[in-house]
Amino acid sequence: MNKNGFGKKLVTAPYTLWMVIFVVVPIALVIYYAFTDADGGFTFENMTYIFEYGKTFLVSIELALISTAICLVMAYPVAYGISRFEARRQQTMIMLVMLPMWMNFLIRTYAWMTILEGNGLINRALRYFGSDGFGMINTEGAVVLGMVYNFLPYMILPIYTVLTKIDVSTIEAAKDLGAGRRNVFRRVLLPMSVPGIISGITMVFVPAVSTFVISKLLGGGKTFLIGDIIENYFLGNTGMINYNIGASLSLVLMVLILISMTVMNHFDKDAGEGEGVLVG
Amino acid sequence: MKLLSKVYNFLVFGFLYAPIAVMIVYSFNSEKSRTNFGSFSFRWYQELFNDDIILKSLYVSLLVAVLSALAATLIGTLAAVGIDSMKAPLKRAYLMVNNIPVVNPDIVTAVSMMILFVFVITRINGLNMGFGTLLIAHITFNIPYVILSVLPKLRGMNSNIYDAALDLGCPPLKSFMKVVVPEILPGIITGFIMAFTLSLDDFVISYFNSGSTAQTLPVTIYSMTKRPYSPKINALSTLLFISVMLLLVVVNIRQSAGVKKDKKTIKKEVR
Repeated sequence: MNKNGFGKKLVTAPYTLWMVIFVVVPIALVIYYAFTDADGGFTFENMTYIFEYGKTFLVSIELALISTAICLVMAYPVAYGISRFEARRQQTMIMLVMLPMWMNFLIRTYAWMTILEGNGLINRALRYFGSDGFGMINTEGAVVLGMVYNFLPYMILPIYTVLTKIDVSTIEAAKDLGAGRRNVFRRVLLPMSVPGIISGITMVFVPAVSTFVISKLLGGGKTFLIGDIIENYFLGNTGMINYNIGASLSLVLMVLILISMTVMNHFDKDAGEGEGVLVG
Repeated sequence: MKLLSKVYNFLVFGFLYAPIAVMIVYSFNSEKSRTNFGSFSFRWYQELFNDDIILKSLYVSLLVAVLSALAATLIGTLAAVGIDSMKAPLKRAYLMVNNIPVVNPDIVTAVSMMILFVFVITRINGLNMGFGTLLIAHITFNIPYVILSVLPKLRGMNSNIYDAALDLGCPPLKSFMKVVVPEILPGIITGFIMAFTLSLDDFVISYFNSGSTAQTLPVTIYSMTKRPYSPKINALSTLLFISVMLLLVVVNIRQSAGVKKDKKTIKKEVR
């Protein structure tokens, strides 16, 4: 398709223009705002807020990591179980995994408010059995629960996809060669599912570390994540609004995600080359 | 072992569906309580359909989803054709920029566009955040997904067919419409549906870029969660859940592969 070269350039023009104005320029503006003060003068002052919110960054990363780990441990057996069913059954199960994903995550988070509340269903059930119940909402645990609940399907799906691509005869071969159940898992299944695990981890970690809704609804304003702080600097109370500080924190978040993704891709490549993974 | 895995699966699926079940049950509660169940009633459904703010935001959501999906499909499909025929270094540069909105956390994409809009608005009189900025923001995060679902179809296509049509005297535009478009149509349709659902589902980017005049349904739901408890949200969620379920069942019966799964594979490939 290389005749008509002029036409080719023309069809890309609206896209090029659009992406430059609404993707490249905004990112450039974030960088510009991050390094200037309200009058437009160059400054490093906004960057010092990283240290002021150092603890918030750490809490965000910590909660996101915990949620990702829980998701991984919960999802792997489910994904494996589904991949062992016959094709028709698999389809139904995967549909069941995807169905909650199609609901807006605000609604999914809101549903947990009802359950965890001081007067919520769990506490009422506990009281019925004579316990005093306990404050579940507005804790870090509730935020982690909300993250796990919202992002669990994002972990199940990629792992399931990778597992279905593994040739059953590979596992049979391992068994024939004398590998026990544990060895089959550790030396065959696990290395071969690395690509799925990697994409599952990124798909859970990125939205978890940057959320502000889950922490607002289930953390009750007690657990501040970096997303909450950024939101505050852009849409908070009038006195609080400061695009320059907000932009510098966004920039740091962006770089943080970029670094973690590069690290993850590195793992993916290592596994691909070292273990001879068959999955493309 | 078999039984153990069955019990485990049951528990996980229970975890996924319990909150939804609770919401559905309480949407039929005659009382305004999260815990006491009075009697079965359609009270909250009636109030829902009398709530002008919710109905208006539903309209805004649907309108912005249709318009942004159409615009993104048009711009994206044309661009994909151009990108497909580019030489390697330029192509790589294009795909890198294309991936920025896919890879970035929503809040960063949202904030960066908000800064641009505010930057322009404060310098030109008479402009404001509203439906226009909302639509631009949605088109922007939709386009990359259209590109990513059309490109593989172009790559898998035999380009000689197009050249053959030209050699046989068919004009370029007609050859394109009659030869290329039918070949890549599945990719275009997937891209459109993906853009539509992404737009309908989006909260973060709309929240930062809609101003107060053009709120989408998720933005309205968010502001409802901040006010005292209203079971109207339960009624709304139940209706959404039932429509999504029906849609999924229909799609699943008609064809085995779901669109959402495609979206996930694309995200995976990109990362």
